[in-house]
Amino acid sequence: MSKRVELKNHQQEIFYFRLRLAISVGFVMVLFGALLVRFIYLQVVRHDYYQTLAESNRISVVPIVPNRGLILDRNGVVLAHNYSGYTLEITPNKTKDMEATIDELSTLIEIAPRDRKRFKKLLAERRNFETLMIRSRLTDEEVARFAAQQYRFPGVEIKARLFRDYPFGEKTAHLIGYIGRINQTDVEQLEENDLAANYRGSDYIGKTGLEQSYESELHGTTGVEQVEVDSGGRAVRMLSRTPPISGNTLVLGIDAKLQEIAEQSFGNYRGALVAIDPENGEVLAFVSKPGYDPSLFIDGIDPESWDELNNSPDHPLNNRALRGQYPSGSTIKPFMALAGLFYNIRSPSRTISDPGYFTLPGSSHHYRDWKKGGHGSVGMFKSIVISCDTYYYGLATEMGIDNIFNFLSRFNFGKKTGIDLEGETSGLLPSQEWKMKRYKQKWYAGDTVSVGIGQGYSLVTPMQLAYATATLANDGVGFKPHLVREVRSPRSNESRLIESKPEFDLKLDPAHLDLVKRAMVAVTQPGGTASQAAAGAPYRIAGKTGTAQVVGMKQGEKYDAGKLSERNRDHAWFIAFAPAEQPKIALVVLAENGGHGGSTAAPIARKVLDYYLLGKVPQPLPDAAGDEGEEND
Amino acid sequence: MTKRQLWQRFIAHLDLPLLLGIVLLMLTSLLVLYSADNAGWNRPLSQMANIAVALACMWLIANLPLHYLMRTALPVYLLGMALLVGVALFGEISHGARRWLNLGVATIQPSELMKIGVPLMMAWYFEKHEAALTLKNYFIAALLLLMPVLLIARQPDLGTAILISASGFYVLFLAGLSWRVMGVMLVAALASAPVLWSMLHDYQRHRIMMLFDPSQDALGKGYHTIQGMIAVGSGGILGKGYLNGTQTHLDFLPERTTDFIFAVYSEEFGLLGNLILLSLYFFVIGRGFIITANASTYFTRLMAGSITLTFATYAFVNMGMVSGILPVVGVPLPLVSYGGTSMLTLLLGFGMLMSIETHKKLVKT
Repeated sequence: MSKRVELKNHQQEIFYFRLRLAISVGFVMVLFGALLVRFIYLQVVRHDYYQTLAESNRISVVPIVPNRGLILDRNGVVLAHNYSGYTLEITPNKTKDMEATIDELSTLIEIAPRDRKRFKKLLAERRNFETLMIRSRLTDEEVARFAAQQYRFPGVEIKARLFRDYPFGEKTAHLIGYIGRINQTDVEQLEENDLAANYRGSDYIGKTGLEQSYESELHGTTGVEQVEVDSGGRAVRMLSRTPPISGNTLVLGIDAKLQEIAEQSFGNYRGALVAIDPENGEVLAFVSKPGYDPSLFIDGIDPESWDELNNSPDHPLNNRALRGQYPSGSTIKPFMALAGLFYNIRSPSRTISDPGYFTLPGSSHHYRDWKKGGHGSVGMFKSIVISCDTYYYGLATEMGIDNIFNFLSRFNFGKKTGIDLEGETSGLLPSQEWKMKRYKQKWYAGDTVSVGIGQGYSLVTPMQLAYATATLANDGVGFKPHLVREVRSPRSNESRLIESKPEFDLKLDPAHLDLVKRAMVAVTQPGGTASQAAAGAPYRIAGKTGTAQVVGMKQGEKYDAGKLSERNRDHAWFIAFAPAEQPKIALVVLAENGGHGGSTAAPIARKVLDYYLLGKVPQPLPDAAGDEGEEND
Repeated sequence: MTKRQLWQRFIAHLDLPLLLGIVLLMLTSLLVLYSADNAGWNRPLSQMANIAVALACMWLIANLPLHYLMRTALPVYLLGMALLVGVALFGEISHGARRWLNLGVATIQPSELMKIGVPLMMAWYFEKHEAALTLKNYFIAALLLLMPVLLIARQPDLGTAILISASGFYVLFLAGLSWRVMGVMLVAALASAPVLWSMLHDYQRHRIMMLFDPSQDALGKGYHTIQGMIAVGSGGILGKGYLNGTQTHLDFLPERTTDFIFAVYSEEFGLLGNLILLSLYFFVIGRGFIITANASTYFTRLMAGSITLTFATYAFVNMGMVSGILPVVGVPLPLVSYGGTSMLTLLLGFGMLMSIETHKKLVKT
């Protein structure tokens, strides 16, 4: 009985299953039927419509590229803008013999070998159906001459385009950066971030500098125009239009005039200058010398110019302010002094006797002071004013590398400052852990000695040193340095201020700060290492000179600038803030192979301070910075 | 053993009609890929490699007796769930979605595994409780489906989530879920639509909105639909001829070797070609239904039915999205679109169908 029931159930079950299966078959037939109906609708009923769209009367979706945002300085001076101009462009697919066409064109319009080479490069990298530019910035006359002959050149046309222009050229190159043609890597990047649609029609993208780091603000939103075009590709009728939204305007903390003066004050020196408003972290000037002409890169640089820039011994493409890593030299001493006070290693009143060198216990190695014979009796105040090396050899040794590392980290040494530019390097603040990792060696007492005067393993970037100087000027309260102070929307006129908020407060003892700052003021007074450069200033400058060794000296050897080839000479540093009582500006000057900080770097700083605080324009403006003096560091 | 016997043995567990349909679709794939690649051998050659690997795997599965297949259900499902949770926690983000898991040696997309794993698990579960199925069992089976689907939808990968939901639903449907419950589910689904809508990512909403008005996003996703429809429509009855599709060769069609390959085919072979392709699909699906109807156990019936119906759904969703009746959800055209993963997943399914067909004589009394 029970067997029968089960059997019946089983059959019933099979029956129900097959019923459901039949329903499924019906379901699939309905789906496929729907597809078939759709195909018939598209391919038979609406065939003519789509046929015309596809072949003769294509609806063309034309992206309208937004105007790129402007970049202005703090006073509204234009640092990057767009202007419209005419270009000569070739569509490779429509041109049969490219060489012959270009030869023919060059009889009408001047096409330099440089343009040809650049064009060839573009041709090799092109994407489908792109028109490629062979000449930009055509004159009105050239436009007219070509227009009359256009029928001879199928696939060649004149286009009106917006060009990016950097009025300050190489003076702001490392700051503003440049835009360049979108390449394969950029395309992948854009697709990755789901931005490809917004870049349809865009040819350019920010490649370096602010153009790169604020790309999302500057680019704007692409508009769309749907137009009906005839077989010749001419627009017949506009169907719909969504206007583009221009990119936002960046207003910088940079003072263009200050930037210009700073740049010119370097004369023929290579180097970097960073000036910061210590009260809010706004960067006032950002110079890396030498610069380069950013406009070369916009439409693809020709191979010759590239080689020239890339292989130049001056490394003009290297952003020294942001990426250059140098020994800080004696500019580290005020910070070391603060550390000594903080850890209670040296009281201000304690003096050492300087014989002109320092030795570690149980070693005969002489760590030499820059002054042969030494400075005699030296206390903390004097150690900064005359930049006594022996004092800091001892201080560093007594403090130990761990304390040095901990204290200097708090001033952001060894870390990126986080300024709004990409590609910053982090310098090097050595520690026991670092040395073990890097060299698989333990830290020796000897390693600490040279760190005391900013040599040895330690490296800083001008940007870092500027940040630390600004923090010191602001009594230990650090405002993260930033170039952009405001982002303005050109459409709604809304503007967003980039907030300046303190990143950290070191809570330094006012008595310690007072001592170090007074000593730094004395540096620029008679008897100090930068007294000449500061002579006659109607405001008080707190500063510190520094000299960074490029090549090491053997025991008993004497540094002689004359004997060394120019590129092995020491780098000159100067850090300063002024007015010392209520600092409005803090800055760092690095002059590569400049020799002494006091004679080379400090005069550059003086010109910048004079302009910023007094509005004084140096006369004559392009003056080579001071020559090799007898002054000491 | 003679050569002949060896050969007999080799094909013993292959279902020849099904294999014929699959191979014809694969040949179509190579043909269209050659055109879509602008008469290049790049894609067709690497697709051949994909096909070879997938066919080998299919053969292996087809030779696997059914009880082995059943035994894999729980481990495969659990592994899939573990990997999905792994993706949610440590997955790599690409194109704004977290779908891939980097295992050090290879990057994998666990949602692919679940295309097989979910129906397998559900069929296994029903088989275990076949004797006395109550509403509770359906509820638990639905939970087994819902958990991975929610994880996948969150990634977000709407296309795969929908397809897996469909394959799971087919199992429920074939297992005899009552019409009344389905009615309630439908009402509940309609009622919860606004809630789901608010849960969707912006780009997903965008894609759905676009279904109604592709011109809204003419530069982005809508562009795909518009260009796809132009390609299909301009193909006409006889098509523009092989290698002559203007939409394809003038670079108007996006993703033309993967999700939009049907547009290439349709433009060049027209309505006639579409009829042939639909027939080929229907042939494969029909064979799948016959295998399902003859399947010997509850588990194999559910599994075979779900595989067949899911395959039909793939084909419908892809052709529907290219021809503009469904939103663009990123589903490849089964067996034709370029890609190794989907080829492999599909042929694993067909391997199971073949195993179900060829092992039943050994099981059935």
